[in-house]
Amino acid sequence: MIGKSNLSDKLFNLVIYLFLCSIFVVTFYPFWNILVVSLNDATDAVRGGLYLWPREFTLASYQSIFRNKELIGSINVTVLRTVIGTPLSVMAICMMAYSLSKRELIAWRFFTLFFIFTMYFGGGLIPTYMIIKSLGLIDSFWVYIFPGLIGVFLMILVRTFIEQLPPELEESAKIDGANELEIFARLILPLCVPVLATIALFIGIGHWNAWYDSYIYTYKPELKTLQAVLVKILNQFQTGAMVSEADQLANSSKRTPVSGESIRMAVTMVATLPIIMVYPFIQRFFVKGMMMGAIKS
Amino acid sequence: METAVQPISQTSVTPAKTKTIKHRLIAQRYLLLMLLPAAVWALLFAYLPMVGLYMAFVNYQPSLGEFWTQLFHSDFVGMYWFDYFFNNGDFYIIMRNTLASTLLTLLVSFPAPIIIAIALNEVKNAVFKRTVQTVSYLPHFISWVIAANIIVTVLSSDGIVNKLLQSLHITHQSILFLQEGKYFWWIVAIGNTWKEMGYSSIIYLAAISSINLELYEAAKVDGAGRFKQIIYVTLPHLKPTIVILLILSLGGVLNAGFDQHFLLGNGLTQEYSDVLSTYSFRYGLQNSMFSYASAVGLFNSVVAFIIIVIVNFSSKKLNNQSLF
Repeated sequence: MIGKSNLSDKLFNLVIYLFLCSIFVVTFYPFWNILVVSLNDATDAVRGGLYLWPREFTLASYQSIFRNKELIGSINVTVLRTVIGTPLSVMAICMMAYSLSKRELIAWRFFTLFFIFTMYFGGGLIPTYMIIKSLGLIDSFWVYIFPGLIGVFLMILVRTFIEQLPPELEESAKIDGANELEIFARLILPLCVPVLATIALFIGIGHWNAWYDSYIYTYKPELKTLQAVLVKILNQFQTGAMVSEADQLANSSKRTPVSGESIRMAVTMVATLPIIMVYPFIQRFFVKGMMMGAIKS
Repeated sequence: METAVQPISQTSVTPAKTKTIKHRLIAQRYLLLMLLPAAVWALLFAYLPMVGLYMAFVNYQPSLGEFWTQLFHSDFVGMYWFDYFFNNGDFYIIMRNTLASTLLTLLVSFPAPIIIAIALNEVKNAVFKRTVQTVSYLPHFISWVIAANIIVTVLSSDGIVNKLLQSLHITHQSILFLQEGKYFWWIVAIGNTWKEMGYSSIIYLAAISSINLELYEAAKVDGAGRFKQIIYVTLPHLKPTIVILLILSLGGVLNAGFDQHFLLGNGLTQEYSDVLSTYSFRYGLQNSMFSYASAVGLFNSVVAFIIIVIVNFSSKKLNNQSLF
């Protein structure tokens, strides 16, 4: 009896570990593969068979990326929108959440519904484009900041957090004669740091990953974000354009052998690396964030 | 105004001092000031586009000047664009693609995080568990642009998938996955699953961690092996979570993500990759049929809204039932 159950237990363990190892491989290997190809000599890479380790290690693809003005510019724009957009969003959301955490606010019900409704219904692609255009935001850097300024779902997370703070803190500040602006700046904001760090990470990653707004609302090459440039490279690869952006870039760097393919891999890696780098810091927060969201919904 | 007056009766402690609206506005000026940026944002970027949906009922001609003046001077055509959408052959294809893509995604991606969470829970080695978790969450945080680049690479004619299939002698020639429409829905479904399965497992792991360990002990005493413990203890406890999440995900049945279909689709697969959002995008921003594209978008929004209301209502009902 005991021997049999031991055997089936071992078999069970084997199945579990094999399954999870395959999940690990399936999620990790594609990134690794891209890294390997991007670090390999381009003419050698054409031979194929690059799976686990670069055969002829070179940084040529990355060097030609960082020599290219358009790509450097797009990296700058992406960093800039992340650095400017994230704190602005966090502040606007936090102020809004504090205001809406006060049930005695005039027309509280109206305001709450006013914002919640935007989560479930919108004007859609074309009318939104027309509004953005009529506001003069086409080909403006601010199109990256304002249309996505508020996340109503994130606001609900912050509001829930504020509502759980002990009310005595605020009351004593009020007795000391502080108005709501002072209470917000000196009391609420410092207390909200954990939840604000969580939403800042979500918003920051959203900015880094955004491509759609750059793709449709900007035409100037100097305003394109990194992800939008990557979309262009991907489209050219998909349609098999004879001379793609990446090929041109590869040809322009005559000194070192790079190919359109290795450039595509290297740009993909440059777009991924910052996410992987902030990842250890995110992990602490996002599980919490996800659970907060789950409790709400 | 009703909503504005309501809170007074609830919160005013001294009814003798009935405050007027004006007094309350002054007293709450800082709170209202802090709400202002968000209110302006909602008006400009959420409600103005909704007004702009009037485009769907007129024959809007582009490039004739300022948007609003032109919008309200365009010819009113009523339901013309909706009729046009329902009665040309595209409607069937677009709806078929949208539903096929979302339902196939649901079929593949829904069970995956449940299985992963159950498997992770069986692992005793903490380092192994954490490593698998950390790595499997990663695809959630990258953009669909990067994901599409990865998928295109992996599925290319000399990519790893074709190499694997060839070395296993399943095929001899490379399969052109992204050039043939018949593979497209599966690619999106598996791509969606790959991206979200790890991250979605968090919620099931949390549900599993709330199961009383004594239940497993009791099952062990009754002679249940570890597989039977999963069937008779873990799964029944996950059932409420599974049901709620299934209903909620049904709410997104018309929302076939724009990114996946736009980035992975191409001219060769368009008959299978074109969904409501990409179709509206193509007709609006590439063919300049603004009114038609708005009508398609409005149809999408309204039906999606109705589905979400139904889904929220039924999930609330179910939630209450399972709680009491």
